[in-house]
Amino acid sequence: MTDQQAHIPHQSLGSRMVDGIRRFAGSDLLYSFVRQPVVVVAFLITVIFILAAIFAPLVAPHDPFNPASLSLMDSFFPPSWVEGGDARFLLGTDNQGRDIFSTIIYGARISLMVGFAAVVFSIALGVLVGLISGFVGGWFDALLMRFADIQLTIPGLLIALLVDGIARTALPSDMREEIAIYVVIFAIGISNWPQYARVARSGAMSEKVKDYVASARIIGTPSWVILLRHVLPNILGPVLVLGTIGLALAITSEATLSFLGVGVPPTTPSLGTLIRIGNDFLFSGEWWITLFPSGALVVLVLAVNLLGDWLRDALNPKLR
Amino acid sequence: MSDAPLLEVKNLSKIFDLTEAAWLAALTGRSRLLLPAVDGVSFSIPKGKTFGLVGESGSGKSTVARMTVGLMQPSNGSITFDGKPVSAPGGGRGIGRGRLQMIFQDPFASLNPRWRVVDIIGEALLRKGMRDSLARAKRAGELLDQVGLVAVDGEKFPHEFSGGQRQRISIARALASEPEFLVCDEPTSALDVSVQAQILNLMKDLQDELGLTYLFISHNLAVIAHVSDVVGVMYLGRLVEVAEKKQLFKAPQHPYTRMLLDAIPRLDMTTRERSHVVGEVANPMSRPPGCHYHPRCPFANKRCKSEDPKLKGAANFAAACHGVEEGRLPAWAAAAE
Repeated sequence: MTDQQAHIPHQSLGSRMVDGIRRFAGSDLLYSFVRQPVVVVAFLITVIFILAAIFAPLVAPHDPFNPASLSLMDSFFPPSWVEGGDARFLLGTDNQGRDIFSTIIYGARISLMVGFAAVVFSIALGVLVGLISGFVGGWFDALLMRFADIQLTIPGLLIALLVDGIARTALPSDMREEIAIYVVIFAIGISNWPQYARVARSGAMSEKVKDYVASARIIGTPSWVILLRHVLPNILGPVLVLGTIGLALAITSEATLSFLGVGVPPTTPSLGTLIRIGNDFLFSGEWWITLFPSGALVVLVLAVNLLGDWLRDALNPKLR
Repeated sequence: MSDAPLLEVKNLSKIFDLTEAAWLAALTGRSRLLLPAVDGVSFSIPKGKTFGLVGESGSGKSTVARMTVGLMQPSNGSITFDGKPVSAPGGGRGIGRGRLQMIFQDPFASLNPRWRVVDIIGEALLRKGMRDSLARAKRAGELLDQVGLVAVDGEKFPHEFSGGQRQRISIARALASEPEFLVCDEPTSALDVSVQAQILNLMKDLQDELGLTYLFISHNLAVIAHVSDVVGVMYLGRLVEVAEKKQLFKAPQHPYTRMLLDAIPRLDMTTRERSHVVGEVANPMSRPPGCHYHPRCPFANKRCKSEDPKLKGAANFAAACHGVEEGRLPAWAAAAE
């Protein structure tokens, strides 16, 4: 440490960030990441999917949802390397002449968005409930957790179907299409919150008895500040790990719902919707319409899952 | 030194309810599982002095500490600080925020691992009303300096420090609230012996410098002897003896205190047959009637087994023992000083 630094005890935000990056570069996490090629590949695939989803209009060769650019003359082209294929459509086209490769990119966009939003919603709700439940304790805790237990006994998909069904009957028909995506997010989110609540609760219970919480109390820190600034950062690790695995789960759930026809509408298809649409043509020989979206879904979910599993193990001090 | 003590604890009791599913027990009329951790403890500490509380594990020392700073509410009895009751952690309404602070036993659990030291100390300053973050950082640096660290240490995280350094940070955080009274709950028992002495000396220096008053808790008689003015000995939730330090170590009255002192190994008396600590602390859930110490006491008689002894004697020279009261205990064969 130089003398000059000694006179400035408070570092700027920028130097703190640099400090943080240096810390990360030397961390066990990065070491364990680089040493596992499977994880690196999974990470790259996930990043490619996310980037492709964000920049879909730039990446996709066609805009499959612009009716003006579609031509029924282009329908049912097989993949370009198969006999009868067209070089313009790498993975072929569907019944409406939409480029499969482009619909996959746009579909992944919807799938990832719904997945992310659903997980964020689950985490927000679950962590809020779990944190307060564990911190307050007593009958309040017992009540909330029994409620979570009851929900855990009902399969998540059933809850999602139930929410979807209620929304469909309750909402006016002209709003359905617009709001369908939010209904799916809510349905998947609400069916997964108990897991996060449990993790957050057990974390809050073990953190709240630690002396740093007691000392914050003695200093005069209000309870909600203790909860948000002291306890929350210390329980977030396992929650985020669960969230990564939950993302894969949410994407699968969304695909399932969409495949069953209760998910996102065909006008803005997700991977699940594409699989369902393609399914109708499977027996008539147009296998590429459903196979490629299915493959994309499998690869995406597998990559996210592998990443989540690795993160869980890498952050678990017992497995180091 | 004024006559009125800064801190006065009267007839303090804490009963823990260990009943599982309390509402079920209440409904079925099943008897509750109660653990009296602290049972009628009274003492007072004058300003600028150190009251040492010593006792075996489970004797209720830490519970007394936590009640004193307001982290726990007493089941019975009162704690008054500067003439006003302690109502909330750190003091509470009437006393003023942060006038009572605490230093914890485990320096690894008492600092939030995700916070930088400057923020840990700064939080106490913020609660004291220091809004400007630069002023807080500056003051935190001064406090770190005061406890023997350097200002740049503030940018580090707690895991980058040793146990002794962490305890210094804890002390700096406590000082940030400008307290008058510090409860020290075994602040050195998690540290190496060499570091223990450093921390104890730091605390004594700070006491002289800032006029602090300490309630110092330890299971280590040597530590207690080093820092205390008056010593209280606890056994199973009760104070069995209170005496000025010199008095206590020179002429202990209560048989329990005598046994504790007798068990200290001494370099000058290596050939002497030491009396061992006999028996174990009774299960606090089923404490012996009368004097809790009677099953282990060589001088116990019928009265000891049935009647609770009261703390009797002068304020700074008292013991709760029927034997002492009746004068039937043999004189203490003072080990050569």
